[in-house]
Order: sequence, then C-alpha cells, then structure tokens
Amino acid sequence: MTYALVAGVLFGLYFSLVGIGLNLVFGVMRIVNLAHGDMLMLGAFIAVGVVGVFGIDPLFAVPLAFVVFVLAGLLLYWVLVPRLQGSANPEMLSIILFFGLSQVIEAVTTIFAGTSERSIQSRLLGTVFTTIKVKWFGGKAGGAGPIQILGQGFPAPWVIAAVTSLIAIGLVYLYLYRTRLGTLTRAVMSRRDEALATGIDVDRVSAAAFGIGLGLAAVAGVFAPFMFGSVTPAFGADATVTSFAIVVLGSLGNPLGTALGGVVYGVFYMLVQTYLSSWADLLPYVLLILILLLRPSGLLGRRVRVA
Amino acid sequence: MPDTSKHLLFILAPLVVVFAVLPGVYQNHLLLFNFVIFLILAQGVNIIYGFTGYLPFGYVGFFGAGAYGFAIMVMHLQTPAPLAVLVGGVVAVALGLLLTPLLRLSGAYFAIANLAASLAVLHFVANPALENITKGPYGVSLTGTFNPTDAYYAAIAVLALTLGGVVYLKNSAFGLALQAVREDAVSASMAGVNVVKMRVIAWLASALVAGLAGGIYAWYVSVFYPDNVFSSDFSIFAIVFALFGGVATIIGPIVGVLILYGIYNLIGFTTPQYFQLIYGLLIMGLVLFLPAGLVSLATRRGWNVP
Repeated sequence: MTYALVAGVLFGLYFSLVGIGLNLVFGVMRIVNLAHGDMLMLGAFIAVGVVGVFGIDPLFAVPLAFVVFVLAGLLLYWVLVPRLQGSANPEMLSIILFFGLSQVIEAVTTIFAGTSERSIQSRLLGTVFTTIKVKWFGGKAGGAGPIQILGQGFPAPWVIAAVTSLIAIGLVYLYLYRTRLGTLTRAVMSRRDEALATGIDVDRVSAAAFGIGLGLAAVAGVFAPFMFGSVTPAFGADATVTSFAIVVLGSLGNPLGTALGGVVYGVFYMLVQTYLSSWADLLPYVLLILILLLRPSGLLGRRVRVA
Repeated sequence: MPDTSKHLLFILAPLVVVFAVLPGVYQNHLLLFNFVIFLILAQGVNIIYGFTGYLPFGYVGFFGAGAYGFAIMVMHLQTPAPLAVLVGGVVAVALGLLLTPLLRLSGAYFAIANLAASLAVLHFVANPALENITKGPYGVSLTGTFNPTDAYYAAIAVLALTLGGVVYLKNSAFGLALQAVREDAVSASMAGVNVVKMRVIAWLASALVAGLAGGIYAWYVSVFYPDNVFSSDFSIFAIVFALFGGVATIIGPIVGVLILYGIYNLIGFTTPQYFQLIYGLLIMGLVLFLPAGLVSLATRRGWNVP
C-alpha cells in the first residue's frame, strides 16, 4: 500500500511534467497538440543520442532537449499557427493539423532510426551525482542504488525524474506568476480577445508558450526510456492519449492544475494496478470520461461546458 | 428534376453499380471491400462531423462494437450472418445511446472524450476477465459464417443506405436544421430547432452505419483480434478521407476515399513510412491551404458542388 502510494506520487509528478506542456499550449492558443507525444519521443531520442555519442549522464540531455525544442517550437509556431488561426474552426482543425505533424515526425524518425526499441541502462542516469559525491566526500563510485523513501526502495531514475518534474513545474509557476511575459500569458489564457484589444502582442506571447510547451515535452521525453522501459518511434501516440487524460483530469487550460491531475492519475494508476490489474487498462479512460461529464472543468478550473 | 433524385441518380447509383460490377473484372476483392468499408465510414464521419460539427475521434468504437456484436451473436447464438450484422448495428446504436451525454461537451473536449470512450470499449472487450463472452485479447474466429461474396454485397447495400442518408441530409429541412445547429446552436434553437433531438439523431445514425460496417467487416474477415477492429487507423483514415474531399457534401468524402486510399494502396504496403510521411504532409497542407477540402476548389469558383 505504501509502496503503491509513493510510487504513484513519483510517477504522478513525472506524469505532470508529461502533461504540462500540452496544457500550456492548449490554454494559451486553444490548440490541441496531437504531436505532443511525438515531442516526448524525440526528447527520448536526444537522451539516447547523448548517451550513445558522449557516454555521459543522460541528465545533460535535459537542458539540450529544452533549448533545442524551444527553438523548434518557435519556428514551428510561425510556420503553422497564424495560418491555422485564420481558418474557420481553429480548435477542430488543429487536432487534424497536429495529427498530420505527428505522422510526419513518426515517419521521419522511422526512416532515420528504424522501428527497433531504444533503451538506456538505468544506472547511467544520475551518475553525475555519484561522481560529485565521490569527488567531494569520497566513497564508492558507480551507479546510484535504490533510494529509500518511507522504508521502501525505489529505483533511482524514478526519484530523479520526479524531482526534475517538481523543479520544472516550479519554474513554470515562476514564469507564469513572477515574470512580465508570464502575466501577459495568463491574460491571453483568460480572454484572448480582450488581451488583443488591450494591446498585448498575442502572437509573441503565444509563440513563447508554444516553445516552452514543446521544450517541457522534450524534457519529459528524456526520462521516458527510464519510466516506460524503452521507446520506439510509435511511442508518441500512446503518450499523447496519456497526456490528455492527465491534462483533462487536472483542468484543460490551467497548467498548474496539471500538477494535481498528474499526481491523482499516478496514484490512481498504481493503486488499480496493484489491486485490480486486469481492469487497469480500462480505468484511466473511464475516469477521463466521467471527469469530463461530471466536472468537465477538471479538478481545479473554470466552467467550460457549452450548450 | 428535384435535387434529391438527381443526386440519387448521378452519384449514388453509378457508385453502387461500379462497385457491384468491379469484382467481376478486378481480382483483388479484399481491396475493393476495403474501399467500400472506407466509403461507408467516411460518409458516417460526414454525417456527424460534416452536419453537426462534432469530431468523432473515437469513431472506431462503433465499428468495433458492431464487429463484436456480430461475433457474439454468431459464436453464442449461431444466428445467420445477415441477422448478426443487423445486431452489430443495434449494438453500435446502443453504445451511441450510452455515449449521448458526450454531446454535452464541445469542441476538443468531445473529440478527446470520444477517443477515450473508444479506447475504454477496446479494453473492455479485450479484457481477459471476459474471455468466456468476447474471447478477450485472443481474438475470435468465425469460420462457420465465412462468405466474402455475400459480405461484399451486404457492404454495398450498407453503402447505398449510407449514401441515401447523406443525400437526404443534403436536401432536407432536417439536414439544413443540423447545419444551422452546427453554425450557431443558440440561434437555431431560437428559430425553433430542437437542438438536442437533432444532434442525437445524427449521432445515432452515424453510429448505426459504423456498426453495420463493423458487422460486415467481421463477416468478411472472419478472424480478428480486438486490436484489429478497434484500430484507431479506422477513425483517423475515415476522418482524414472525409475532410480531404470536403465535409457536408455528398461527393467530398467519396473523392477523398478514392484518391487518398488509392495512394495508400499504391505506395503504403511496400514502404509504409514513406506513405506515412506523404500522408502527414498532405494532411498538414490540407488544413493550412484547403481547410474546406478539395471540393472548395470548385465552390470557390462559384460552382455548386452536391
């Protein structure tokens, strides 16, 4: 029981990181980024590449993935979004547009990387910490063993992923509530038209949010090989559905709700897997539908249901 | 001649006749069958998305429910295949009724909830705990009713029915009311349109055709697994085909299926990843440059496209 709860919280924090980028993009632009899971997949491939080429701790892939994808996001934004928002029904068409993008990404990755599964030895993650520990305090070199929490051992990558997620969510919070661009972002989220009317450069704010959303997805992707065992180019589609479940659970359009949604999802998932394993696959979806119907605004959020 | 009979005579009749005659001259019957199935599904998507604006991202849920309705009738009650196909349609309508509350959601919320619903049905059917009823993840084998020829003609009959439905929507006050609801539900209800009833009818009609198609698919292939009949490819192909041609028209989805599924069969089997690339680029180009589908090339010039 304790094990399931703590593992649920660890996974949940990671799931929050998985979902938060999707939510930021939807909240600001009302765009459903169906290629979100593919960004995760590409982030995972960056991690695999960093380990394969340099043989260093995959944690170094985190800043690299973030920067690369923020830039890619800005570029992609200017190519796709203004044209999309000029159309009759951007919210619906975005689903289809980004589905097309996800197909392109998946196809290109398959052409270059093949369909084989990629994984990273989990002891490589966090070697930077043990190296520092050895240098400063002495002791044994090598990978980090299981980490003890409440008397139970958990794989070190889970804990590292959860801590990174917490830091990332904290940074998103600081961005949204303590910077000027973040304040403008929240203004655009709550009333796009009025923000435009008050002279906010909505395009610039949206581009920033889009870049950050993609960057966060790629960071989450760096940990995907550890959390899910391995990744293939086709991994993106499943990741997208999971992210949606988390985001809707929290509240679509409220990035901080996602943190709560992720933890609730993680704990729920672990509990179901422990006690009702044959129904575990079904429950996230049923939960998602029930939440949409009973409290469509998510656990924290404004009313969104129309008609 | 009124538009309805024109559409029936010049669109529905030729298409049905061509597909009824083709097996005699073209050897790849499976390919023809798949074309007919996708024509039905694309028109089913057209009914719900084109005329009401709800994007059914989990449309395959009805298709799979129809296939399993068929399989369960045949396995447990030994019903004759045509009757089991009808039961498949009824099962899909029942699922549609169960999911009517989803129509309260709007836009992306509906699409996501519908996707989740189809995945929930998949995991329900594939659950090993229900092995006695659905055979769980191990798949069903219905060799007793295997009869591809009859199944093919049944599919053509369903195609005719579906096209007839779309012709009716295109030319009737009911279809016009639906489109009014799609554009502005509040104004439509002020004008005396019963919004909820209209949407539910369109929703159930589109569930029915997908369920019938699913039942016939089960009849035709006779051996399948939950992952085959609940594959999200069905939803996505049907949606993309319909959109590519142009929704809320009769010929749009037909054109979409013939062109895109044709390309798929030319290059998709040998090099699936290159097809996926082309397909993804086509979809993106479509949304960015032709959001109303291929037919908008004609409507922009002021031609009337049925």
